[in-house]
Amino acid sequence: MANSTRTIDIGTAQAPARPGEERGTLTGWLQDLVFTVDHKKLGLMYIGTGWLFFVLAGSMATFIRLQLAVPSNHVVTPQEFNGLITMHGTVMIFFVAMPFAFGFANYIVPLQIGARDMAFPRLNAFSFWVTFLGGCLLFMSYFCAPGLYDAGGPPQVGWFALAPLNSSAFSRGPSVDYWSLSLLVTGIGSITGGVNVMVTIFCYRCKGMTLYRMPLFVWMIVVTMFLVIMFIPPLTAAQIMLMLERLLGATFFDTQAGGSAILWQHFFWIFGHPEVYILVLPAFGIVSEVVPVFSRKPIFGYPAMVAASVVIGFISAGVWAHHMFTVGMSPFSTTFFAFSTLLIAIPTGIKIFNWLATMYGGKIRFEVPMLFCIGFLFQFLIAGLTGVMLGVAPFDWQLNDSYFVIAHFHYVIVGAIIFAVFAGTYYWYPKAFGRMLSKKLGLWHFWLFTIGFHLTFDPQHISGILGMPRRIYTYQPGRGWEIWNLISTIGVIFQGAAAVIFVFNMFWSYWKGKQAGEDPWDAWTLEWVTSSPPPEYNFEKLPEVLSRRPLWDLKHPDDPDWKYE
Amino acid sequence: MPGLSRRCARSRLFAIGVTVLSLLALPTALSGIAGAEDLPIHSIQNIFDPKSGPAETLYWLSILVLAICTGIFLVVGGLLTYAIIRYRRRGSHDDMEEPPQVYGSTAIELAWTVIPILIVVVLALVTARTIGELKGPLPIANNEELRIIGHRFWWEVRYPKYHVVTANEIHVPLNSRPEAAVTELTLESADVVHGFWVPQLNGKSWVVPNYRNTLWIKPYEAGIYLGNCTVICGDQHANMLIRVVVQNREDYNQWLENQQKPPVADPNVEKGRKEFVANSCGTCHSIEATAANGVFGPDLTHFMSRATLGAGVAPNDEDHLRAWLKDPQVLKPGCLMPNMKLEDKQVDEILAYLRTLK
Amino acid sequence: MILVIMTESALFIIFVIAYLFYIGKSLTPPYPHQLLEFPWLGSILLFGSSGTIMVAEYNLKKGLIGRFHLWWFITLACGIGFTTWTITEWLKLIYRDGLTISTNLFGSTFYSLVGLHASHVVVGAILLSAVLIASLRGRIQHRHHEHIEIISWYWHFVDCVWAVVVTVVYIISVRS
Repeated sequence: MANSTRTIDIGTAQAPARPGEERGTLTGWLQDLVFTVDHKKLGLMYIGTGWLFFVLAGSMATFIRLQLAVPSNHVVTPQEFNGLITMHGTVMIFFVAMPFAFGFANYIVPLQIGARDMAFPRLNAFSFWVTFLGGCLLFMSYFCAPGLYDAGGPPQVGWFALAPLNSSAFSRGPSVDYWSLSLLVTGIGSITGGVNVMVTIFCYRCKGMTLYRMPLFVWMIVVTMFLVIMFIPPLTAAQIMLMLERLLGATFFDTQAGGSAILWQHFFWIFGHPEVYILVLPAFGIVSEVVPVFSRKPIFGYPAMVAASVVIGFISAGVWAHHMFTVGMSPFSTTFFAFSTLLIAIPTGIKIFNWLATMYGGKIRFEVPMLFCIGFLFQFLIAGLTGVMLGVAPFDWQLNDSYFVIAHFHYVIVGAIIFAVFAGTYYWYPKAFGRMLSKKLGLWHFWLFTIGFHLTFDPQHISGILGMPRRIYTYQPGRGWEIWNLISTIGVIFQGAAAVIFVFNMFWSYWKGKQAGEDPWDAWTLEWVTSSPPPEYNFEKLPEVLSRRPLWDLKHPDDPDWKYE
Repeated sequence: MPGLSRRCARSRLFAIGVTVLSLLALPTALSGIAGAEDLPIHSIQNIFDPKSGPAETLYWLSILVLAICTGIFLVVGGLLTYAIIRYRRRGSHDDMEEPPQVYGSTAIELAWTVIPILIVVVLALVTARTIGELKGPLPIANNEELRIIGHRFWWEVRYPKYHVVTANEIHVPLNSRPEAAVTELTLESADVVHGFWVPQLNGKSWVVPNYRNTLWIKPYEAGIYLGNCTVICGDQHANMLIRVVVQNREDYNQWLENQQKPPVADPNVEKGRKEFVANSCGTCHSIEATAANGVFGPDLTHFMSRATLGAGVAPNDEDHLRAWLKDPQVLKPGCLMPNMKLEDKQVDEILAYLRTLK
Repeated sequence: MILVIMTESALFIIFVIAYLFYIGKSLTPPYPHQLLEFPWLGSILLFGSSGTIMVAEYNLKKGLIGRFHLWWFITLACGIGFTTWTITEWLKLIYRDGLTISTNLFGSTFYSLVGLHASHVVVGAILLSAVLIASLRGRIQHRHHEHIEIISWYWHFVDCVWAVVVTVVYIISVRS
């Protein structure tokens, strides 16, 4: 290992107990949980929420796949199936992937910029609890009593709830109201969280840390939160309109009154497309942190990476109607959005090349975080390419709303984002808990999950090409879809096993894992200067940096980064 | 299956029984329900096996795009694989010093920005051209025009030129000559958004209320093409199937002629016709020259000319029709035809009547 | 506050788009040109209050707390006045003219857009009251003028949105 002469004294003492606060008891622990405003604890709570809902939504996916494993199956009724797919999508996006994004941002950003906490710690707690409340509200729909015509239970309209299917005429009962309200509520949590993070990054960076010396993870979060602030409001607006329509009889999307079903689509996707960038940019950030450390080189082309991310943020505002190529837009609109979608592929590709170049010429260590990043790179490459294919609008006329699209976006969300989340978890768990996650269990997790992921989602490209549409609860034999669906279902077993191993690993390592120390990976950003776990105030003395890799400078005083940047 | 129709509770067992029967019957039935001319059934709708003009245009575009993307994948994936193997850490002796710390290279960044831009330009141009070709104005006159109206969970099919109204089974003429006219489908919806997709004939289009979309097809191979509704529209979205029958001109004209005829008035089934009207079937269904004039459900004037019932959920034979009449919610749970609570005798009579509507 | 204004703008833009998109598309009456008169009173109150809040800020910067109270109170009064005016207009539209949110597209888009704006005025009024109460208790001094400025930005934002609403609703849709 390289020599390290530390000159930053950060202290490791715990803050003294506040009056009235218990320590070491269950009540004390609960008190801490509910009243904390510490960004680290809130970050872990966000991530914990994400995993909780991941298990729930993953179980839903299991039932979906069981139902579709063979033709004309009877595992669930059509209504239950439509409820499953709606909840699976909604929960995974809003209550798994978003909390992961906010959780990692919350935990890591203040540490990486050398701050003590977020700009508005109480607002931070508010954001978390409101997000969590939104999740609970969505699941309350399971408990709303079935009424006339089996109305009630979870919403059955798909995760983007098309108009006019979402109106009270076609979706009776309170299910869609729960869906709509929960998204409205969680949107408020996201927006306030976004404002908080942006202010923190712009106003609380430590001395010497210019914007161009921030770690790439922080840059990705900046673009992410900008998208959150600008593009979650359209969702909120659409939900307000939907609620006004369902409860007060407004006619925004009521085609009988001259309203437009397509307007709902526009509003939803103006939110919906930036949303997927909100989900994927933090994953980019995680990969941008892990790959350099495990290749033992700085990230290749930092300015290009920053520029590419900012450009992606801006272009993402102008591609939304590529979700609507088959709706019946004018050829001009269709062409415009095809062009913008193809355009956004360019900065995205540049990022992949830069990660590749970081690994090139390095000394790659195949620790578990790096394995997940390598998986990310291959899978995101494929996801991006199927995305480019779908961006060619006429190609999309065949494959929109088919299993090809399902395969594409699961490649992005599971193959890229979840893999990056796994990578980030294995990478930063030692920092958060002071112990390493078991490498052996990690390897089992990685290989089982990769095999399962490919078994499930690779065949879906094919069933899409063979004409299988989305959201069907069953299919007749003879369409050529049987074998692909069966293989797809088998993959669930592997993924499930991997998930169990992973959860077990997280709990087991908390008590039995190897002690991590401050800097188990020999990394270069500020969070590795604190103790593991960091004290509540992060740094006793706020650090001062001279380059993008402050710890590299400390460890290599003869060859510091600031000479070359 | 007379034994099954007696005393059926709305039990899962019965549902499973009937559906298992359908399962067994369907593969043979699907191949058997070819229509009078024994047309081949294209139940596997591969987008890479086009049978119609627009689908073929899309096919060539797809091949191009796939080729480009595969090429990119091989290059980048190959480099990735190479990097992982060549630049891996080779044991603890490799930790003595860090590799050269390279921060970037403007030349390389430029190179891998320009090349993707060029690729994107090519793709964009091809895209624009194809959009123009498929969504641009059509060759004039003489096109066959159909109006297709999506309902929950069936398709209403109208031939305005010929005053024909039918449901779920769409007959179109063959257009194998390059200069031949095309068949234009106007897509409208009576309730929520649906989607119309028969991959071997063309890409898909949404079917939106208060909005009119058009698709045109130019099929050059006779046969039966299966398709699906592609936009979730409710409980039975999965069983809102499409059946396009592409026939040569003579057979098509013959079919049209039959559809234009008034319904068969067989005195033997007079009782059944009366039961049909008495049980208010006619408030949802239409049968020409009778009191039945409902528009909520499919037109039944030439019901027996169709190969399937329930928008493709089951073959149109006696057993399935009996099961449907007894309780449609068993074959298609969540469809909008309620259980009419008919007694067996009524079912028999209505069944006999319906089976005369050729 | 800049970020808050950005996010709220994004929210308003969607309602404005909906309103513009549906101009002329209502299947049944009543229509905008039949019912809407130019909102002189409301606009004077609200735009005026932007001016008075600037005067209040100026006085605070100068340390003239008494004058600050006066002008801040006038601003708040204008805000409350605007809200009252909105209520009277809505009562007239609902009970005399029969326009509700479910009547037609005009009703839906009008009430949602104007209502969203009015709710922001109410929130602003609450903020202004809180400041006024704190100030009357002696908690606000000259050194807080930057914080007060940030609150005034919110108030100016609400005014700008009103300008957009007036243009879109009372000018464009009435002329169409």
